[in-house]
Amino acid sequence: MISPKESNIQLDTQGKLKHFLTIDGLDRELLTEILDTAESFAGVSERTVKKVPLLRGKIITNLFFETSTRTRTTFELAAKRLSADVLSLNISASSTSKGETLLDTLRNLEAMHCDMFVVRHTDSGAAHFIAQHTAPHISVINAGDGRHAHPTQAMLDMFTIRRHKGEFSPLKVAIVGDIQHSRVARSQILALNTLGVEEVRIIGPATLMPGHAERMGVKVFHNLEEGIQDVDVIIMLRLQRERMSGALLPSEHEYYQLYGLTDRRLEAAKPDAIVMHPGPINRGVEMDSQVADGPRSVILQQVSYGIAVRMAVMAMTMHTQGGAQ
Amino acid sequence: MNLPKTISIINGHLIDPANQIDEPRDLHIADGRILAIGSTPEGFNAEQTIDASGLIVCPGLVDLSARLREPVQEHKATIASETAAAAKSGITTLCCPPDTHPVIDTPAVAEMIQRKAQQSGLCRVLPIGALTKDLGGKQLSEMVALKQAGCIVLSNALTPISNTLIERRALEYAATFGITVFLRPEDPYLRNQGCAHEGPVAAHLGLPGIPGAAETVAIARDLALAEQTGCRIHFCRLSCGTAVSKIDQSNLPVTADVAAYQLFLTEDDLIGFDSNCHVIPPLRSHSDREALRQGVADGTISAICSSHQPHELDAKEAPFPSTAPGISGLETLLPLTLKLVDEGLLTLSDAISRITHGPADILGLPLGQLSIGSSADICLFNPRQQWQLTTDEMLSNGHNTPFLGCKFTGQVTHTLLEGRVTYHREADTQSI
Repeated sequence: MISPKESNIQLDTQGKLKHFLTIDGLDRELLTEILDTAESFAGVSERTVKKVPLLRGKIITNLFFETSTRTRTTFELAAKRLSADVLSLNISASSTSKGETLLDTLRNLEAMHCDMFVVRHTDSGAAHFIAQHTAPHISVINAGDGRHAHPTQAMLDMFTIRRHKGEFSPLKVAIVGDIQHSRVARSQILALNTLGVEEVRIIGPATLMPGHAERMGVKVFHNLEEGIQDVDVIIMLRLQRERMSGALLPSEHEYYQLYGLTDRRLEAAKPDAIVMHPGPINRGVEMDSQVADGPRSVILQQVSYGIAVRMAVMAMTMHTQGGAQ
Repeated sequence: MNLPKTISIINGHLIDPANQIDEPRDLHIADGRILAIGSTPEGFNAEQTIDASGLIVCPGLVDLSARLREPVQEHKATIASETAAAAKSGITTLCCPPDTHPVIDTPAVAEMIQRKAQQSGLCRVLPIGALTKDLGGKQLSEMVALKQAGCIVLSNALTPISNTLIERRALEYAATFGITVFLRPEDPYLRNQGCAHEGPVAAHLGLPGIPGAAETVAIARDLALAEQTGCRIHFCRLSCGTAVSKIDQSNLPVTADVAAYQLFLTEDDLIGFDSNCHVIPPLRSHSDREALRQGVADGTISAICSSHQPHELDAKEAPFPSTAPGISGLETLLPLTLKLVDEGLLTLSDAISRITHGPADILGLPLGQLSIGSSADICLFNPRQQWQLTTDEMLSNGHNTPFLGCKFTGQVTHTLLEGRVTYHREADTQSI
């Protein structure tokens, strides 16, 4: 009924990345470009001088309306390695509690001549909203909005998978846990399908599965052993403690009995399958310590790769501003 | 200024579904009432003659739900601004839901709204009284006092009564005094924190969903209580297909309405997080929309309303879940209803019935018709005039509508309330 929505606001007129809000609407070439760029930055971290001057003189503001340690820290590190100046604001504790609207907060930060906002917010669609309303020279990177998207996390997961597995096309990937409430899972599913893996599976009880999952391009399994049969990659999701109080699950104990990943269960997957987790892990809930610390686990590598991927996305989005390099 | 006491509307095509009239007829008005239809009565001298050549002449529209935001929320809209928008849209009677601030749970608030509306004089405003005190769902309101203060029906607006026993007692008490109750069927537990239809689009956008069952569970419960208590109930703003069939299959004298926008928009319109499409109940699937349209066509849904909810700009300027739900709908009620005729769903007469006689019947009022002796509430519109909805064009203070920029066919030229011209558009002031 309504006239067609605006074209992808993430891209500029040349089709280059201006904002990074969601994997949705980005093609395989662009995702591959992000991975290739990240590859070039991965070496920086291993040098004695861990900095490149790409974003010297730029101001990057971390706008975290929802608390986070890990994601905010890796974004900060990524920005610093690109030689940008970084401001980290914990907004939930300042402006909004004084009644300032989100737009007012944005206008104030714009007046301080920021060049990029890295945004985390509890509302789905918050990063889109900010990108739509911010000054045209500012790039917006979504560091997680509600249940909607967490695209840098998904790309660092893709980076990890590519490092270990090479080609995406023959891979079967299983995502285990609370898919319904997970922005990480939504972005992973989109990225895996865009990069052309053979199959994406989601595993968990119906209370944690999104409605109409088949439309997301996944196969739904309710049994862990069946779901991870012959897969190349297993992604375990964090089970939020508050899910236990909402009658979504009877108990942590029962969840672990049914969906906890153990060495024995891991035997159903391919012998060289890798195990991933976006962190922080609930040991003894999503997985056994033996698995988390075992040879198949690539969980800590995900964290280091996260810096390279975030550097790549920051450099690419700022490049379209004409100011970088 | 001396207003003409006698008016003739000549050369128009009269459509009055209540009296099954659909043919060229003249209309003669005296002292605010319909005096004659057809030839001029002997000795009648029209002080004003409106030439309705090429126009449809129909009863003034009756809207079962339009929020005016007064008292207190004047930053969103006022009774003066919204009744002006109603008059421009051919609406001569509108019902104002009780979720004002303060709530319409005392005669004082009901009387104040009516007094302000009378001062504006542009539209008949019928306040809907609160079914429970402060819409809290705990204590019954003073229903009879509210009825005496002009509340023709009662409702708990968008706040469902979660306690079934209290709903039963509210319906029983209302039935005692022959009061019709408007219910917006929603199970608050299934609604939870949802802000979008629980379907593929909400799953994709990560928006908390409201399942269709939130509506059907409530309808099943409300139907059982209607049967138990004998209360006359009316279901407001249906959103899902199974709700329509549940009502259709019940043997009770229940009625239902739908918001005009719900017959056009679907969950797909949320893609891109358009906060102007944030409404409660949410926009649902294509098949739900088709079932709602079918319900309108077969009469299970006998009224289409605007569900007008004007908001200031800031209320929609936030991430989707944090925005205020609702669409400013007065000015698209007639055009969207006429679009159903263009799309072949309804005859013009049936379409007009759904926004005149249909809703008036639900209220139990002799409005929405052009019978001899009835109030001369009349809408004249040019069925071929094309126009575009723009913020400049809108009279409502709320510009929150996803239909901005849309082109419509069929434009109101005159509105008469009790024989007074409350709106007149000069020909060709905006055409495209």
